[in-house]
Amino acid sequence: MRAHTFLFAALAVAAITFEGLRFLENEYLFFAGYVVLQYVVLATAWNILGGYTGYVNFGTAAFFALGAYTSVALGKLVSLPIPALILAGGVISGVVGLGMGYLTLRLRGVFFAIATLALAVVVQTLITNWDFVGGSRGAYTVRPAVVPLLGSYVQYLFLIMLGLAVIALAIAHAIEGSRLGYGFATIRDDEAAAEVSGVPTLRLKLVATTVSGALMGMAGAPLPYYVTYLDPASGFNLAYAVNSIAMPLIGGMTSWIGPLIGALLLGSVQQVATVSNWFGNHPEINLLIVGALLMLFVIAAPNGIVGLLGIEKRRSARG
Amino acid sequence: MLWDPQLLLNAIVAGLLLGGFYAVVTVGVSISFGMLDIVNIAHPAFIMLGSYVAYLLNGALGLDPILASLVVLPAFFLLGALVYQVYYVAFERRGQESLRGLAFFFGLLFISEVGLILAFGVDYRFVEAPYIGPSLHLGFLDFPLRMLIPCAVSLALLVSLHLYLSHTFLGRAIAAVSQDPLALRLMAANPTRVKRIAFALSIATASIAGALLIVIQPVEPSMGRDYIGRVFAICVLGGMGSFPGTLLAAILLGIVESITSTFYGPSWSPAVAFGFLLLTLAFRPVGILGR
Repeated sequence: MRAHTFLFAALAVAAITFEGLRFLENEYLFFAGYVVLQYVVLATAWNILGGYTGYVNFGTAAFFALGAYTSVALGKLVSLPIPALILAGGVISGVVGLGMGYLTLRLRGVFFAIATLALAVVVQTLITNWDFVGGSRGAYTVRPAVVPLLGSYVQYLFLIMLGLAVIALAIAHAIEGSRLGYGFATIRDDEAAAEVSGVPTLRLKLVATTVSGALMGMAGAPLPYYVTYLDPASGFNLAYAVNSIAMPLIGGMTSWIGPLIGALLLGSVQQVATVSNWFGNHPEINLLIVGALLMLFVIAAPNGIVGLLGIEKRRSARG
Repeated sequence: MLWDPQLLLNAIVAGLLLGGFYAVVTVGVSISFGMLDIVNIAHPAFIMLGSYVAYLLNGALGLDPILASLVVLPAFFLLGALVYQVYYVAFERRGQESLRGLAFFFGLLFISEVGLILAFGVDYRFVEAPYIGPSLHLGFLDFPLRMLIPCAVSLALLVSLHLYLSHTFLGRAIAAVSQDPLALRLMAANPTRVKRIAFALSIATASIAGALLIVIQPVEPSMGRDYIGRVFAICVLGGMGSFPGTLLAAILLGIVESITSTFYGPSWSPAVAFGFLLLTLAFRPVGILGR
């Protein structure tokens, strides 16, 4: 599929989804749908680095929360519309991704993974100690009750996240069919051989880290307006890290559709479980199941649902 | 900022003791990651498990926490052998250890943390022992026993492991397995078996490290995450598989962390390990004792 055909198709699906949900006239669906779409963006972003180049990022929560806290910090200084905040969050997280990648990607891939694990801890330490954005007490965000044209603010946030999901998927799809995507695949399959064949591996890896980090930051930027109260414990919630890894791994990592399937499936099930209170006083069981599924899939079905269904296209450089 | 010399010396002493403890926390990773090339990011989760086992035995039977950790050592050894077996069959044999192996250990880390939260809640738990509380005084220097004893146990463990690995056939085989598995096979040793024993040994150290942790401070399930950065920073800075390097790096990190938390507040100390890790990776990835 050509890039602009894909974009049109994705926009059409998004428009139908939005109008369909409006037709149902249930505000809650937008509220829950926002979270699911947020995971679509996070899983797709993770997969651009993890699935395409094979480098594992455990620090999703850090990139995501950086975007959210960029919004909090900017919101205290000036009044900006959410799309501008998304752009700012994307830039900050992208730059952090680039810096992390530059310091650690010249070594073996595993050092990058370990550094991202530690990054989540250190960014949380910095935010917790930074009183301007509320420190450990957290920060409140005031949001307008209504927005023009749509009326409800939750619908507005949903629409924004829907747009971000379309953008993330379009980027992932465009990368897959491009020279960049083939370059990423060579790194995943055999980095040494790619290097010898003249693939600029470090530069490609840095592109992947930056794009992936930026998208995660963009997903986090509207969060303060969604939750209206943001503290480090919720911004850096482990759920983001574990879900953004589990979703692509369970869905399938080789193409854009895997993270989408994983995020829609796991995201929706978690929302339903939360609402219908399946696990009573222990909402952690939710995450326990995600973790167990993650382990089950990496052991028993390494190519995820996409691999199980046999709809996977061979995209690796080895052919 | 006024750097009171007495305060500074006390901070250094506390850092030395803390560093001794960090060495036992890291030694398991020095074996699994440094020698066997298995990126066990779940190691801190096993340490937390060790803490809670010591807590249970201490609470139920009044057993000394360190003694309790020695009693359950064989169980941790078996657990380690089991984890390695799964890892070997599912990833190492298929040559998929990099990405999916990491995801496997991440899942393990996550599941055990959530499991501990479900079982014990997020309250801090602590143990009772006669050496928690009193301190030795040497002039103006304080040596709290709850730090001194873990440090001593840690050093004893480190020395005995070092002697074991350098003087027995199996120990040498462990050191050899990551360097040249084929040559090891020619010496009539099975690399998979050697790795299984070594990995089991690394998890067994988590039992002791966990008991020492709960002696030093009350624990709660998510604490393990703070140790990931520390453990890997020390392991890399110490030159991966080297025990003397591990000890040196652990003491260095302990002192810097202790000074940071004395003069700038304890909420900053998790950032120190990360700074160490990044600086090491960026400027000296072979570690302090590396060539």
